Amino acid sequence: MNKLTKALQECESRGEKAFIPYIMAGDGGLERLKSQLIFLEKSGATAVELGIPFSDPVADGPVIQQAGIRSLENGTTLKDILKKVTEIKGDVNIPIILMGYANSIMAYGLKEFTEDCLQAGIAGCIIPDLPIEEEAVFSTIKTAGIVLIRLVTLTSSRERITQITAGAEGFIYAVTVKGITGTRDAFGGELGGYLKQVKDLSPVPVLAGFGISTPDHVRNTVQSCDGVIVGSKIIECFEAGKENQISELIQASKELVQK
Amino acid sequence: MSTYTQPDQTGHFGAYGGRFVPETLMAAITELEEVYEQSKKDPEFQKQLNYYLTQYIGRETPLYFSENLTKLAGGADIYLKREDLNHTGAHKINNTIGQALLTQKMGKKKVIAETGAGQHGVATATVCALLKLECIIFMGEEDIRRQKLNVFRMELLGAKVISVSQGSGTLKDAVNEALRYWVANVEDTHYIMGSVLGPHPFPVIVRDFQSVIGKETKRQYSEVVHALPDAIVACIGGGSNAMGMFYPFIEDETVKLYGVEAAGHGLDTPLHASSLTKGKPGVLHGAFMYVLQNEDGQIQEAHSISAGLDYPGVGPEHSFLKDTNRVTYTSVTDQEALEALVLLSKEEGIIPALESSHAISYGLKLAKEMEKGTGLVICLSGRGDKDVETVQSILGGSEHE
Repeated sequence: MNKLTKALQECESRGEKAFIPYIMAGDGGLERLKSQLIFLEKSGATAVELGIPFSDPVADGPVIQQAGIRSLENGTTLKDILKKVTEIKGDVNIPIILMGYANSIMAYGLKEFTEDCLQAGIAGCIIPDLPIEEEAVFSTIKTAGIVLIRLVTLTSSRERITQITAGAEGFIYAVTVKGITGTRDAFGGELGGYLKQVKDLSPVPVLAGFGISTPDHVRNTVQSCDGVIVGSKIIECFEAGKENQISELIQASKELVQK
Repeated sequence: MSTYTQPDQTGHFGAYGGRFVPETLMAAITELEEVYEQSKKDPEFQKQLNYYLTQYIGRETPLYFSENLTKLAGGADIYLKREDLNHTGAHKINNTIGQALLTQKMGKKKVIAETGAGQHGVATATVCALLKLECIIFMGEEDIRRQKLNVFRMELLGAKVISVSQGSGTLKDAVNEALRYWVANVEDTHYIMGSVLGPHPFPVIVRDFQSVIGKETKRQYSEVVHALPDAIVACIGGGSNAMGMFYPFIEDETVKLYGVEAAGHGLDTPLHASSLTKGKPGVLHGAFMYVLQNEDGQIQEAHSISAGLDYPGVGPEHSFLKDTNRVTYTSVTDQEALEALVLLSKEEGIIPALESSHAISYGLKLAKEMEKGTGLVICLSGRGDKDVETVQSILGGSEHE
C-alpha cells in the first residue's frame, strides 16, 4: 500500500486527525532538510509536504513566494531535492509529498521524474496548477503508485466536487479560502458546511489547507474534516527559529480526539 | 491544410494550450467559456460589439498601400494594415472592448488586467471608463518606473494601478499577481487577458476578437487586388495581433505567414524574447506553450527594446502553428527594429510602435526577395508615440540647430 495512504489510515484508526506541515525544500539550504524532517516527524506530523521552488508560483502568497526565492537563490533544483531525499530516506520515516508546479515536473521529464521519485521514496505529489482536466499528461506518476493528490475549492460546484473526489487518491486537499496560500485571521462562515459536503462525497480522507495558522484554526477546522495542512506559518516558524510553535500547532490537531 | 478547427473541445491546440490553473479558477473560466459561446450566437451582443468597433474605436482601419516602401524594396507591393489608427493607438482595444462587454454579460462589475509597457492597461482602462467598470491594473515596479506617462494615462482614465514588486517586477510578475488577485476575487471580477495567452478559453477569445484585423485585411486586399496576398508579416510578443491577422488566412495555403519575434541584443545573447526560436514547451500562466526557461524549468526573463514583446512565452496557438509549419517564425534585433522605425517615419510619415517596427523590418527584407507584382501585408499593430522617448534616449535626440 502507498505509504501516505497507510499513514492516513493508521491516523484514522487511532482516532486522530492528520497534520501535514509544508516546508520549502532548499529554504535555508538543502543540508537543513534532514533535521527539519526528523523534527516534524518527532513532533507528530502525519506526513510532510515538500515544496519545489518555482519562479512563478501563482497559487502562493508572500511567505511561500519568499521562501521559494530564498531557495532558488541557494541554487536549489528539483534534481538536487530528489537526490537529497534519496540520500536521507533511511533516516526519515514519515511519508513525503512533493508539492510543485506543473512546469517544474514537465521540465524534468515525466518519466525521469517518476523514476527518481520512486528512488527517493516519494509517496505523493500535489500540483496546484493541475486541474483534473489536464491530469492525463501526468499519468505516469499515478501508474507508478505515487498518489496524485487532487484539490477542491470553495468555488468548486457540487457536481465538480463529485467528479474530483471520484478518482481521488491519498487524500482530498480542500482549499479553505478563496485565494492563495498565507496566514489569515478569519475564515468565511461557509467553511464548516463546505468541508462536510466534501467529506460526504469523498472516498478518501479530506484535509483542509490554505490560511490555517493558529492552534485555534487547527482545532476548529479538524472538527469538520480529517486533518489540516499548514504551510506559511510553518515556514515562518522555522525562519524565526520558533520550532516550539510548530509543535503546538501539531498538538492542537490531536486534542479533539479521544475525548 | 484542410479545414482548421483548433482548438479541440478541451482547449488544446495539438499538445498546446489547456487549462493549467488552480482549481479555484476553474469555475470562472468555465463560466467565461459558456458566456463567450452564447455571445458568439447572440445578435444583440454582436451588434453592440460592432457599434463600439466602428463608432468608438474607429474601425475599419485602412489597408494602406505603402508606395514609398514598395519602391525602396523593389520587390513585392507592400501594404500596411493600419491598426495604429485605432482609438488608444494599437490593436489592443479590439480585444479589451470585447472582453469588457463579456464582463457586463457575466454580471461582473470589476475588471483586472496586467500590463507591461502600459498599452494593454490603457486599452483596458479606456473601455472600463466607457462601460463604467471598476478597473485595477497590475504593472511591474520596474515597468512603472519606465512608463510613467502610461501609468498617469491609466489613472486619468479612472483605473487603479497596482505596483508589483515580486520577482523581477516586470510583465510576467504582473500576470502572476493579477492571477493571484483573481483567485481571491473571482466571483465579482473578470480578468481581461491582454494576449492570446493564459488558460482556455482566453487564447480563443483574444484570437477571435483580434481576428477583425485579418478579416478586414482579406476583404480590403481582394477589393483592390482581386486576389489573396502572397505573404503576411506580423510581430509577436504573446502573439495577439499576429493571431488576429493570421487566423482568417490559415486555410489559404497560398498565403505565406511570418511571425516576427524580438531578438533583442541577438539570439546568441541571453537578452532576447524569442520564445519560439530559443524556448522549449512548458507551462506558464495557465497554458502549455513555448517558454523561455532553464533546465530546471525556472522561467527566464525576456528582453526587448519594445516592452510589448518583452514576454518569456508565446501563445499556445502560435506554438502549434510553429510545430505544424503553417507559420514561419523568425526574429529581428533591437537595432534592426529601431532602424525600421526611423525608416518608416522618414519614408511614409508614419511613426510605428517599436513592436510593429519588428514586423516592418522583416517585411522589408522579405519584400526585396519577392517578385514584382506579388503582394505583402505587414500588420502595423500600433503607433510609436509611446516610444518616442525611448527612441530619443537611444538615438541621442535633438539634431536640430
